[in-house]
Amino acid sequence: MADAPKPNAGGSRAGTKKELPDHFKDYKHVWVAIECEHGVVHPVSFELLGEGRKLADKRGVELAGVVMGGSDEAIAEAIAATFEYGADVVYTVVDPVLAHYRNEPYTKAMTDLVNTYKPEILLLGATNLGRDLAGSVATTLLTGLTADCTELAIDDEGSLAATRPTFGGSLMCTIFTLNYRPQMATVRPRVMSMPERQEGKSGRVVSHPLDMGEEDVITKVLQFVADRETATAQLPYADIVVAGGLGLRSAENFQLVKNLAEVLGAEYGGSRPLVQKGWITADRQIGQTGKTIRPKLYIAAGISGAIQHRVGVEGSDLIVAINTDPNAQIMDFAHLAIVADAVQVLPALTEAFRKHLSVNRMAG
Amino acid sequence: MHIVVCVKQVPDSAQIRVHPVTNTIMRQGVPTIINPYDLFALEEALRLRDRFGGEVTVLTMGPPMAEDSLRKAMTFGADRAVLLTDRFFAGSDTLATSFALAMALKKIGEEFGEPSIVFTGKQTIDGDTAQVGPGIAKRLKLNQLTYVVKISDFDPENGGITVERRAEGGVQILSTKLPVLITMLEGSNEMRRGSLDDALRAAKAEVVKWNAADAGIEDLTKCGLRGSPTIVKKVFAPEARSEKAQAIETKDQSMEAIAHSFMAALFQRQPELEGELLRFAATQYGQEGLGHG
Repeated sequence: MADAPKPNAGGSRAGTKKELPDHFKDYKHVWVAIECEHGVVHPVSFELLGEGRKLADKRGVELAGVVMGGSDEAIAEAIAATFEYGADVVYTVVDPVLAHYRNEPYTKAMTDLVNTYKPEILLLGATNLGRDLAGSVATTLLTGLTADCTELAIDDEGSLAATRPTFGGSLMCTIFTLNYRPQMATVRPRVMSMPERQEGKSGRVVSHPLDMGEEDVITKVLQFVADRETATAQLPYADIVVAGGLGLRSAENFQLVKNLAEVLGAEYGGSRPLVQKGWITADRQIGQTGKTIRPKLYIAAGISGAIQHRVGVEGSDLIVAINTDPNAQIMDFAHLAIVADAVQVLPALTEAFRKHLSVNRMAG
Repeated sequence: MHIVVCVKQVPDSAQIRVHPVTNTIMRQGVPTIINPYDLFALEEALRLRDRFGGEVTVLTMGPPMAEDSLRKAMTFGADRAVLLTDRFFAGSDTLATSFALAMALKKIGEEFGEPSIVFTGKQTIDGDTAQVGPGIAKRLKLNQLTYVVKISDFDPENGGITVERRAEGGVQILSTKLPVLITMLEGSNEMRRGSLDDALRAAKAEVVKWNAADAGIEDLTKCGLRGSPTIVKKVFAPEARSEKAQAIETKDQSMEAIAHSFMAALFQRQPELEGELLRFAATQYGQEGLGHG
């Protein structure tokens, strides 16, 4: 694991030499893997294009998106969106084998593209798909991969400086891949902001073959059960999130969080201990090891705000802390604080919002 | 049938403190635990063994003290433990770690039987990368099944396996051939309580200890810092925000009054939020409101 947070002063190891080996010198341009499943592009891909644009401009190179899929129709919209969110070039691999995400053919498609067109930087979303793919691609290419970055920059020597939290967010470290190409990094959804869409912007499309038949792929997709059929939490892209912590004192009191969320049309979630206690399911965990959220309004009820929770919520526009302890860690990063018992405050808030919204709606 | 579970000993992150001056992790006194995500992998392996027979081997790479975690895994019922430990492994990133573990897994296959399944947790709580499992799969050419929620069908006779995998926007049902690498999603099962017999056995059991050479690793340039393409150049504490939270007056106030002061403060800071909430309310609270959307 890239978790040894000791700055390495250089010296004997191969990776620290300043001079890039000759065979990597023609690696150029910044690439973003566009996650496109069932005709829908994951928003993290656009967030990465926004970030990739800045890196490419700093390096004076092109920004490219990589779009893979089962048919031209399935990826047509994804290609158009990739240009509109900032890409100069789109590399495509289209083959029926790529209709559903599977590790083997997607790894082959991506590594073939990299070996042929040689990007210096390759960014992927730290989603289940992106993490499944990134590890295989980096291992096949034997290059460096920095996971779950929160900040990407180009340093004075033109290298990618990838900053990520480590030890549950207690520390940040900045990681480089100096002697290998491409420099790979993943970024979690909602960590970077969404760039402006430039309607009608277009660019160059480069198609590449897969050279792999269905008979070469051992793993088969028997079925796909979409979340919209099963009411799975959609926390990362919710506009309002209400969450609870151990300050609620009991699993029954978690209902108070759900009640407020319902009135506000919000998603609800909780801190890690609630998952461990079984009060909520893992898909509703907010924080470093759960979901990163970036809502307009985040209400944290009875959450102390340990660093691993903070890492997952600090991109929120407005953070509200409800906690009996005025010195709880959450008070260090909340914008509004109600120092009181969440179990009493939540029903009062639910009632106040219900009345306000109902009365003013009628009056409007 | 042979199943190997890769585990990692990690500091209990809930108890980590950072030294305010040197920005280093203060490890003294911080208890170590088995990476909690690995326990779901271990439990799944033990269940398969209990149903289909065979053996479960736990493998870890780490300092000599990581033996504690292996013994702990044996108290849950693992049959054998292998500790891969060598100073050459120090400073390994994900690529170097997957190399060393893949070599050890090859050796385990030769010594104790080829594994049909290699399990890992979905990620560790200290590194959080989720990249070592896929790295091992690629190096050993195992079919890769990440974020597995459930093993719905397992047929060791014919070498087939079907799983439910947490994918983006849904659940994939995948079928593939053994051998496989599975990373198990949290919450997919519940760790058993170890039996007294297992506890006694674990206390006495001999943990197999291999250094790099024992694991068949000749090329030490692929290990540890030297074998890691990534370089940690800077370590620092996250920035504290200087702005203090605006406190809603709560002293001698009724809950209703507190709720109203809060709502006023909220809409003052984010005026557009009120409009959005009203539009939402119009679509939710009955037909007569629809005209306002």
